Amino acid sequence: MPQHEHMERHRKLHGRRFDAEERERKRDARMVHKRSEFAQKVHGIRAKLYNQRRFKEKATMRKTIAQHNERSNKHANDDAVADGAVPAYLLDREGVSRAKVLSNTVKQKRKEKAGKWEVPIPKVKPVADDEMFKVQRTGSKKNKAWKRVVTKCTFVGDNFTRKAPKYERFIRPSGLRMKRANVTHPELKTSFQLDILGVKKNPSSSLYTNLGVLTKGTIIEVNVSDLGLVTTSGRVAWGKMAQVTNNPELDGCVNAVLLV
Amino acid sequence: MEVETSTSVPAAAVTNTGKNLSGVAWTGGSLVGSLNPVNHGFRTADGKGGYIINNTHKRYKRTRRDADGNVIDENDIQDDDIPGNVVVQFRDREGETVGEAMDVPTSAGTDELGTLIRSLLNEDDEDHSTNKAHIPYAFFAKIERITKTTNPSTGEPVVKTHTDEIDITDFNSLKAFLKEYYKQISTEQTLELTYQPLALFKVRPVTRCTDTLPGHTEAILHVSYSPDGKHLASGGGDATVRFWDVNTSTPRHTCKGHKDHVLSTSWSPDGKRFASGDKRGFLILWEPTKGESSGSIKAHSKWITGMAWDPMHRNNGKCERLVTSSKDGLAKIWNVRTKRCEATLAGHTDSIESVKWGGEGLIYTASRDRTIKVWNAEEGDGKGRVGLLVRTLVGHGHRVNTLAVSCDYICRTGPFDHYGKIADLEVRDRDSDEWREAAYKAAVAKYNAFKGSGEHERLISGSDDFTLMLWHPTENKRPIKRLTGHQQAVNHLAFSPDSRFFASASFDKKIKLWNGRSGDFVTTMTGHVGAVYQVAWSSDARFLVSASKDSTAKLWEVPSGRKAKETLPGHADEVYALDWSPNGASVATGSKDRTIKIWKH
Repeated sequence: MPQHEHMERHRKLHGRRFDAEERERKRDARMVHKRSEFAQKVHGIRAKLYNQRRFKEKATMRKTIAQHNERSNKHANDDAVADGAVPAYLLDREGVSRAKVLSNTVKQKRKEKAGKWEVPIPKVKPVADDEMFKVQRTGSKKNKAWKRVVTKCTFVGDNFTRKAPKYERFIRPSGLRMKRANVTHPELKTSFQLDILGVKKNPSSSLYTNLGVLTKGTIIEVNVSDLGLVTTSGRVAWGKMAQVTNNPELDGCVNAVLLV
Repeated sequence: MEVETSTSVPAAAVTNTGKNLSGVAWTGGSLVGSLNPVNHGFRTADGKGGYIINNTHKRYKRTRRDADGNVIDENDIQDDDIPGNVVVQFRDREGETVGEAMDVPTSAGTDELGTLIRSLLNEDDEDHSTNKAHIPYAFFAKIERITKTTNPSTGEPVVKTHTDEIDITDFNSLKAFLKEYYKQISTEQTLELTYQPLALFKVRPVTRCTDTLPGHTEAILHVSYSPDGKHLASGGGDATVRFWDVNTSTPRHTCKGHKDHVLSTSWSPDGKRFASGDKRGFLILWEPTKGESSGSIKAHSKWITGMAWDPMHRNNGKCERLVTSSKDGLAKIWNVRTKRCEATLAGHTDSIESVKWGGEGLIYTASRDRTIKVWNAEEGDGKGRVGLLVRTLVGHGHRVNTLAVSCDYICRTGPFDHYGKIADLEVRDRDSDEWREAAYKAAVAKYNAFKGSGEHERLISGSDDFTLMLWHPTENKRPIKRLTGHQQAVNHLAFSPDSRFFASASFDKKIKLWNGRSGDFVTTMTGHVGAVYQVAWSSDARFLVSASKDSTAKLWEVPSGRKAKETLPGHADEVYALDWSPNGASVATGSKDRTIKIWKH
């Protein structure tokens, strides 16, 4: 046992070794391993005593840490009122979805009038004609090149019949025709497979809109009657807009997000 | 297996009498056919109104043919199969006969029958000066239905007879009614008609939104008009209670005091106090005129689901006692003046969903533990202490959601009439003893006039087992009737102010209307596309409004309306709360979109 503060005195008189801090750091770093080694090795009454002591040390440590963190801790605000108030008759009812499933057709109509959409994918890469169409050579010598085959997915209505070959300028291959889309409701965070009702706007060209081409960013109308969405006048909404979020021709399916 | 048979009327006999009678109708000014000697020849107008017994006639086995020789189906009854006249005996609600049995043309409708009743009653009553000459009436006929079933264990046939009350106001004329029920009612015997006066005033149906009241910063969970219809209060998810000026539709007071969603609110019957309960179990009392709190009580350990005031006709006009029910399974009776709990009604093993204070000194609580309990609310000779469990009504198979008592509306409006005034009252100062006495007298008079004599207090309960049950809780612990028809849980029930009907709102998007006395099914109102949350009656019992999840309220005509008379669109989200002003002027709806809308004619 040191009788005086002779270590401190020596340090004051002669200074410390140059690598003192480094050695200290290393010793500390080694300490945990040493402890662990001992804790694993020890058994019997020594182990019991050691664990008791260590438990107390750790408890003190936790308390100290909590005290230090006191200021920065987040406290539950007792006066805050929780969101999502429901009447007493709906409280504690299982199976009742409280998610908001309301449309605002008024807003939607206003947007439609302005011709502008605030959409999840505002900018899309325009698709050029030569990417969209493949030239189909016709005639017995295959020297005519006025026919085009659409290379992207399309939506074709139920009552569509092909024109006579002589007049059919654009061919929409039946293998690339889509009838249903996987539509995600952004607020409900769920997706549904819904029937496509029509293509409202293809951002690349109005020609593509008329042809019903489904590319990334296209606005389509989907049948939402199964979702039970209600308009403000209390009627069941059945057609709603959605925007295509994937490249259907690469994925083989149409994924879309509902515009609410 | 149920087979429904009935007393059969030989079709040929009906035809014959019909033809013979076609000349006898409405002779001169006298409607009273018993004075007409011709009628006695082939009718027994015994005046006692002997009830329909099984007919001894045998049905003729022959095919009837029309002019072209086509076979007429015997069940397909024609207009001329119903005789031109029928013997009618009127009875009032207590079962007393009014006038003699008389011959009435079957072409008569409710209006003509009403004229007849008025002339009969005015003979006794010399007072012609009052409005009695204009009182409209509703008429009910009793029919007997015989149900034959087989006992499943023994295989023996069981014959059950039950009496149904049919409201003939639904039909254009007696003829239409007799045609509908020709199997159950013999036109050869006295037809017993029970009459009931309807409201003299008429409430105009609401059609348009006159005001939108913004202010709440969260969903509105409760709106209610004061008993005199002069104040509107709302409680919302933003933990405030707000009082609104009805005339100008502007906010009057915003009361802060709650620390959580205000789930239930209630006006005292005298309109002087307003109580609100929140999700943390606090009960706060407010003074509506000042907008100040007069006391806060930590009433329950969990949220308050409902509350009901002591009806004014039972408490000497004091309106000091309030019962609250809670999720913690307890109901407590509070004296709001002393802020003391008078009794704790413990016994339910699960959350209490609804509490009602009946007009006969009993409290009814409905719980998730599938039972309804009846508690004594008053001390008195032979009654025992306050809070004593009187009986437990068992019958539902799932949690009981809601209750309605026949006198709900009368107890709610207390002494006030449909103008929001107290009859024969000169005193203006509401705090004076004279006012209290006069109000008490008015409340008692109103309740007695409503109750009549020998009427049971009726209780309806709606449950998650999709059924409703009718009880006479003052005397019997067994249900009177089990009403089926809904396809999902029943959320709300409301008796019409005259207790002639009650309406049930269900999550199956439908409202059903039932006869208030017998519990017979009347009609289904379809049109909502979302769950129906609440219903409210107009004070004259001629209209009903409903609030729904589909963001609309709808107005229905009673009892004929199967389709909505008006749709009240405008809310942007689910409509949670609804109330029709007792003076009939306006309807208030509160929605999840944080606005209150006022609807008027």
